Amino acid sequence: MLERGFRRLLRAVLPALALLLVLLAIAVFNSRAISYFGFTLMLNLAIPIALATIAQMFVIAGNDLDLSIGSFVGFVSCVAVTWLRDAPLIGIAILIASIVIYATLGALIHLRGIPSIIVTLGMSFVWQGLAILVLPSPGGATPDWAASIMAYRPPWIPLPVLAALLIAVLAQFGLMGTSYGTILRGSGGNAAAIARAGWSLLRSKMTLFALAGLFGVLSGVALIGITTSGDANIGNGYTLLSIAGVILGGGEFVGGVVSPFGAVLGALTLTLAASSLLTFMHIPPDWQVGANGAILIVVLTARVLIERGELRR
Amino acid sequence: MAVTRLQIVHLDGIAKAFGAVRALNGVELGVNSGECVGLIGHNGAGKSTLMQVLAGTIRPDSGRIVVDGQPQHGYSARRAHQLGIRCVFQELSLCPNLTVAENTKVIHPGLRGLRWRRQCAALIAERLDEIFPSHGISASDRVQDLSIGRRQMVEVARAFTVSDEIVRLVILDEPTSALDYHTAGQLLEFMRRAVNVGLSFVLVSHLLRDILNVCDRVVVMRDGQTSASGEASAFDRDKLVLAMGAAGPHRLQTQPDTRLARSQTALRVRARTEPPYARTELTAHEGEVVGLAGLAGHGQTDLLRAVFAAASRSRTGFEIRDPVALIAGDRQADGIFPRWSICENISIGSLSGLRVGPFISLQREQALAALWRNRIGIRAPDLSRNILSLSGGNQQKVLFARALSCDARIVLMDDPLRGVDFATRLDIYTLIDQQARAGKTFLWYTTELDELLHCDHVYVFRNGIIIDELTRSEVTEERIIQSSFKEAG
Repeated sequence: MLERGFRRLLRAVLPALALLLVLLAIAVFNSRAISYFGFTLMLNLAIPIALATIAQMFVIAGNDLDLSIGSFVGFVSCVAVTWLRDAPLIGIAILIASIVIYATLGALIHLRGIPSIIVTLGMSFVWQGLAILVLPSPGGATPDWAASIMAYRPPWIPLPVLAALLIAVLAQFGLMGTSYGTILRGSGGNAAAIARAGWSLLRSKMTLFALAGLFGVLSGVALIGITTSGDANIGNGYTLLSIAGVILGGGEFVGGVVSPFGAVLGALTLTLAASSLLTFMHIPPDWQVGANGAILIVVLTARVLIERGELRR
Repeated sequence: MAVTRLQIVHLDGIAKAFGAVRALNGVELGVNSGECVGLIGHNGAGKSTLMQVLAGTIRPDSGRIVVDGQPQHGYSARRAHQLGIRCVFQELSLCPNLTVAENTKVIHPGLRGLRWRRQCAALIAERLDEIFPSHGISASDRVQDLSIGRRQMVEVARAFTVSDEIVRLVILDEPTSALDYHTAGQLLEFMRRAVNVGLSFVLVSHLLRDILNVCDRVVVMRDGQTSASGEASAFDRDKLVLAMGAAGPHRLQTQPDTRLARSQTALRVRARTEPPYARTELTAHEGEVVGLAGLAGHGQTDLLRAVFAAASRSRTGFEIRDPVALIAGDRQADGIFPRWSICENISIGSLSGLRVGPFISLQREQALAALWRNRIGIRAPDLSRNILSLSGGNQQKVLFARALSCDARIVLMDDPLRGVDFATRLDIYTLIDQQARAGKTFLWYTTELDELLHCDHVYVFRNGIIIDELTRSEVTEERIIQSSFKEAG
């Protein structure tokens, strides 16, 4: 029993442990990076990634997978640097409409029983096509407010760390703390039980997808606040990063088991491991993507081993 | 005897069909306040379906549901809850990823705001303490970490929690199946106390002793209808068994014992159930048909799957001496390849024997399929047609052809004739008999008592272990029912 509790604890702190390990490694290779400005620079891109990871987490909580989140973030970035800047009302309407489309996808998946992978894979091309229609070649200009939010330098704590904390607390409260969040997670754990108690599974699926859309929009806007221009392909890597972040953070593909704090930690770890650490290690960019994958495999293997030990009790 | 008891619920003429299977056939059932009704019957008699209708989770095809004298229209799970009707389902309906308190919240939509978690925790803890003193469950435990018995305790206690909706009638579908002797006793005691303060119950149980001890009235179901009912005091164990009765009109006689006697041929299978190991282990010899009996879901399928797995990878407690083939019970999910032709569905098990060099010989494949079509009598004009063009019974024959045409000497059957028409059954019984005489060994899990009469030897399962072993001459319907209901020990 004691060992079981220990393993559970180990699993819970694994995301934090992985992040700590990456930070330690960075400190070894380049101690100056561990500073206010170091973190601000290294973790800048972690904000949109963390938001996209939370979006993915809502979808995974309902036993689905969103393969379109990357191109959706790209689409949002294109809308943000064109319509949202030039005609804010139309821009906001487009973004709200895209969230409604997300909720509709949830309804489609629930009502027709189509696997979410198929629907969202198809949608990823739709979003990408729309993004290219809006912005045929990279460019545009970021709305000033978005750029100034992302350029804000709070005292003491670097912005990315503060933002990550805020995102995690918000998602943690919404999904783990509220009573309806419990129903949402329950729909991933045992949908029949939730339906038997008289809850609408259609509504819960639509809510989860709408939340994913909302966080996808936030991710896209945060992203162009940093890059200052839009690009239809800018978010392409986010799909796999967000899935990896959720799983790294202690989530499961099925069963409604997710952890918002873990997911945000997972996103931070992946951001650091993906570029900063590898650059400091003088690994050539050609090899960085592969090294990134290797880190993922190592961490996820560690988790599987811990779980297997847990099952054997 | 209270004669002026108020009737809470009255179901009248309830019918429900799943495809071609008529689960309920015009059932009538009433429950009064302060009354405990026991509902018994064989597997597939329609008890669980009827209870799901009452709980609002299945909508009947026809019939009336009257609550407090009011006919209900648009009756649903939500509505049932509002009227104070709760149900503890047979298969657990808790969310394993949520805590005990969170699972309580699921049935109380009214509990919201910032303090919902604390309120739910208090509600469930209070009920657990009341029903199962010293239960050892914390409201913050995650359900997936609890043992199956404790999950059942949570599920039962949850049905009695009251926030803004009252509880008047609780349906308990096999509530004690996962509980040990002690906690089951606690529950039954609680039920008696609750009945005295006016609560009503419908208790569905295979444990006839519990039914007789706790219930005021007993209703017996058979083939989707109520076949008998009356005061519990008017029944005893034997009368209940008798009232549940034979499964259908086509009662078959035991076949003359012309096959070889047991253990005169070579041993083929030796298997034991999972821990806690039963005293009895299962053995099967060449040319034997061995039956796996007992109530549905008591470990028969698990054992068949374990034997199948042990054939390719050795496993303690198992000894499998020949290749094995499995005929699945759930044809659609585990058996057929829905996109393939009839011929391909038959030959997939025997491909290595049909090869010419690295390729499959189409001629040999077709010859094999044609041979088995004639041998089993698959009614198909053209074997190159899609498997789904066949009727259900003929699809099942294709699965038998696949298993029997390959080199397996041991054939495992996981209730393969469920929902198959009578004519096909007779064909298959004959086939099994022929094949057994030719030296094949069959392990046959079946929920039809009649089919056990075709077996040389029968093992009765209960709660995952073998609790009884019957030889061919001992196999009678009464005997199997008696041992299926035997209390563990």
